[in-house]
Amino acid sequence: MNPAPESGNLLEVRDLTVDFRLDAATTLRALKGVSFDIPARGTVALVGESGSGKSVTALAMLGLLPGTHATVLPGSRVVYRGRNLLELAPRDMRRLRGVEISMVFQEPMSSLNPVFTVGFQLREVLTRHLGLTGRQARARAIELMHEVGIPDPQARVDAYPFQLSGGQQQRVMIAMAIACEPRLLIADEPTTALDVTVERQILKMIASLQERRRMAMLFITHDLALVAEIADHAVVMRAGEIREQGSVRQIFETPRDSYTRALLACRPPLAHRPRRLPVIDDFLGGQVIAADAPERPRGVRGEAEIVLEARHLSKSFQLGKGLFGKAEFRAVKDASFRLARGRTLGVVGESGSGKTTMALTLARLYPATGGAVLFNGRDLSSLPPGAGLQYKRRIQIVFQNPYASLNPRFTAGELLAEPARIHGIGADEQACRAIAIEMLGKVGLPASAFSKYPHEFSGGQRQRIAIARCLTMKPDVLICDEAVSALDVSVQAQLLNLLQDLQDEYRMSYVFISHDLAVVRYMADEVMVMNQGEIVEIGDADELYASPRHPYTRQLLAAMPRGLIDPAFDEFRNARAGAGQAE
Amino acid sequence: MTADAGGVPAAAGRASSGLWASAWRRLMRDRVAFASLVILMCYLALVAASAAGFVVRDWSREVGVSYAPPAFMGPGAPPAPAAAPAATGGPNEADGASSAIADPLAEALAEIRRQLASAPTPEPKAGTLVFGGDKWGRDVLAKVIKGTETSLLVGLIAAALAVLLGTLFGALAGYRGGWIDDFFNWFYSVFTSIPYLLLVLAIAAVLNQKGILTVILILGLTGWTGVFRLVRAEYLKHKVREYVLAADAIGVSDARRMFVHILPNVSHVVLVQLSLHVVLFIKSEVILSFLGFGVGVDAVSWGSMLNEAQNELIIGKWWQLAAATGAMAVLVTAFSLFTDALRDALDPRLK
Repeated sequence: MNPAPESGNLLEVRDLTVDFRLDAATTLRALKGVSFDIPARGTVALVGESGSGKSVTALAMLGLLPGTHATVLPGSRVVYRGRNLLELAPRDMRRLRGVEISMVFQEPMSSLNPVFTVGFQLREVLTRHLGLTGRQARARAIELMHEVGIPDPQARVDAYPFQLSGGQQQRVMIAMAIACEPRLLIADEPTTALDVTVERQILKMIASLQERRRMAMLFITHDLALVAEIADHAVVMRAGEIREQGSVRQIFETPRDSYTRALLACRPPLAHRPRRLPVIDDFLGGQVIAADAPERPRGVRGEAEIVLEARHLSKSFQLGKGLFGKAEFRAVKDASFRLARGRTLGVVGESGSGKTTMALTLARLYPATGGAVLFNGRDLSSLPPGAGLQYKRRIQIVFQNPYASLNPRFTAGELLAEPARIHGIGADEQACRAIAIEMLGKVGLPASAFSKYPHEFSGGQRQRIAIARCLTMKPDVLICDEAVSALDVSVQAQLLNLLQDLQDEYRMSYVFISHDLAVVRYMADEVMVMNQGEIVEIGDADELYASPRHPYTRQLLAAMPRGLIDPAFDEFRNARAGAGQAE
Repeated sequence: MTADAGGVPAAAGRASSGLWASAWRRLMRDRVAFASLVILMCYLALVAASAAGFVVRDWSREVGVSYAPPAFMGPGAPPAPAAAPAATGGPNEADGASSAIADPLAEALAEIRRQLASAPTPEPKAGTLVFGGDKWGRDVLAKVIKGTETSLLVGLIAAALAVLLGTLFGALAGYRGGWIDDFFNWFYSVFTSIPYLLLVLAIAAVLNQKGILTVILILGLTGWTGVFRLVRAEYLKHKVREYVLAADAIGVSDARRMFVHILPNVSHVVLVQLSLHVVLFIKSEVILSFLGFGVGVDAVSWGSMLNEAQNELIIGKWWQLAAATGAMAVLVTAFSLFTDALRDALDPRLK
């Protein structure tokens, strides 16, 4: 074993500065002099919210930025084993990228070519970079797939990407990345698109691979909780600058920078339930958060009036099968639950568990195939035609993707005035406008937002508009379908605060759907766990999290990133550090 | 992504501009698009002037000698057909004078002569015309302008009709699905499985009269299929988008969702199709008129001019052909370039 030849750093980034050209006149400085090191065999996490420049850093290091829009300013250096990568000829860079440094991206489905088998795509890497023959490459591909934990690799090697699950696709991407035994693996949000249980498996797999292959890793993520579990060093970025860097233990236990502290604090805590989550501005403004902030009481109490009830609700879809055959896919099976006024029902489950289908069926956007939805004791499915409209406004829904749920051709004002007009809430055009402006104020947007189009707002602001649109109808039930999942943690905290304030003010009941267990626990009185269309467990939020009864619930809760330094990983980290010193 | 927390302050600070306004700005930055637009505007102004009767009202008057050459070529050899009547008229007159004594109808003849003399003398026919003359001495330039009016009117109205039908059918089929979709798809398949010219001939036979309106109907009724297919696909894509679900959730009616919510979001497709079809139908009208299914003899279009030019070319009279094809080539090229630029400017992926 030869020890690391240089100072122990595999890669050093110095004063990396990148400009983006937005149009002819304006440029945006995306990176403002970023410097950090990646030690040989170490794991460095690059953490930040969207727009912080973390992905740009990785792309700039590999020379993958689009030359037409981005310029790396002179004076920037990326030194890899004594060579400045930024001055490398494109040819050499390409070779280096394939063999010594490789990258895994966020979306496995769009990174794999859908018309070739995964085996073909793996073989291509092996024959191109290592010069293996077809037969050798196939054998090696199967080995690699075995190594990244794909079951039955002999059969799967001839599978097409769509025949594999999201987690397996990401494993194939990782297999491709490690095929040439790279010294450095750059993983850009490799688990963000995956479910928590799968995320957990992939992280474990990456960690053990790293151990066996003696790779260094740059792990890019927005999730501080993950950093604690996988990395040795963390670099916290915001708006193109490094706010703080240090060992993971130091970052988590004694964060020095106010932004790092804010990021750590604005995730909903698991142990208790503050009335209001701290937001970034509190920290950057230097405000001190009192340790004994008032708690919000949550939990099931028997006495409240029931607003919404689902009785044996089910929803199936007809799928074509063959030329004439039909198959039935049961997305929601026999769901029964009750929602009390002013309370929140949290719904958790992995993707494909039927959460969204249930939400859309509750909101009567999908017709139910069986069972009933009772609103104030009245069965909505047996309403005479035409009577539906007055009930429609009582149950409203906020969708996950704020970029897709607002019509891009409508101004915010038009979006908000439309429901008021349809339901005759505003007497005339003037009154509808007034309602729209009032609701903008309620969700914390200025009146000047009235005449702006959705594309002029950030994701968080758009979600506020979506909430305001529901508020114009004064609904009794608001269904939030992953309403904060697409947002940065700091924005998430603001919106969770807003939702709770609105619940206090209007006594709305929420059906709060999320894959994020911490957020659901914070928001919900009662939690319902769904798996493959079925409700596996339902109960008081704190009780369910403290003592899950169903095995699936236990498995789900175990996979939740705690945002703490996991003792098991810590052991693993120490073992690795010890091994490094011994060499 | 960058607009989120990293903050691109520029977008929020500017006055709100809708998507149309920004597309228009992009279009105007494109120099080719601007030049094409100017050319199109000139054509439209010319057509408006000719339709209103300010210019070339009397395009069918025989102002020049037969096959008068273009002015820049100078007058050609004395045209033979013009000389012939003069040559034959001379001896006739002499004969009449010599036999006057014996002629019992001399009185009547003298009367006819007197009347003829008092009638306004025919204008002298020009030897050359700006862009030459046709067989009957009609001004080719005037014919081209009148032909532009026909072609552009046919192109614009037929394209508007076809796109209107295609969009309406496409929206209904794509949004409603079910048996409505099946019906329109069946209709579409039947329509597109008949050979095009056969279909055109059949419709022409049913309508049974020649004229601009017939051509517009023929093109409009046969041309909607392409638009239908595209618009249907767009509606299929958009009806499951979250913003349409959100509209459903707040109680927006189906018709309003189809035409107020979705239509503006697919309008870029419709607009580009409209522009493409104008070009297509201008060419189709030329082909129809060339084949004789187009406008009648009392009207003029580029197609009928090309049809006449076919015979003229053999005797070396090329100017009618050149004028018609030149006018058509410039318009079609400008329109196509403009369509390309329009598509780029409206492409949502480029934002």
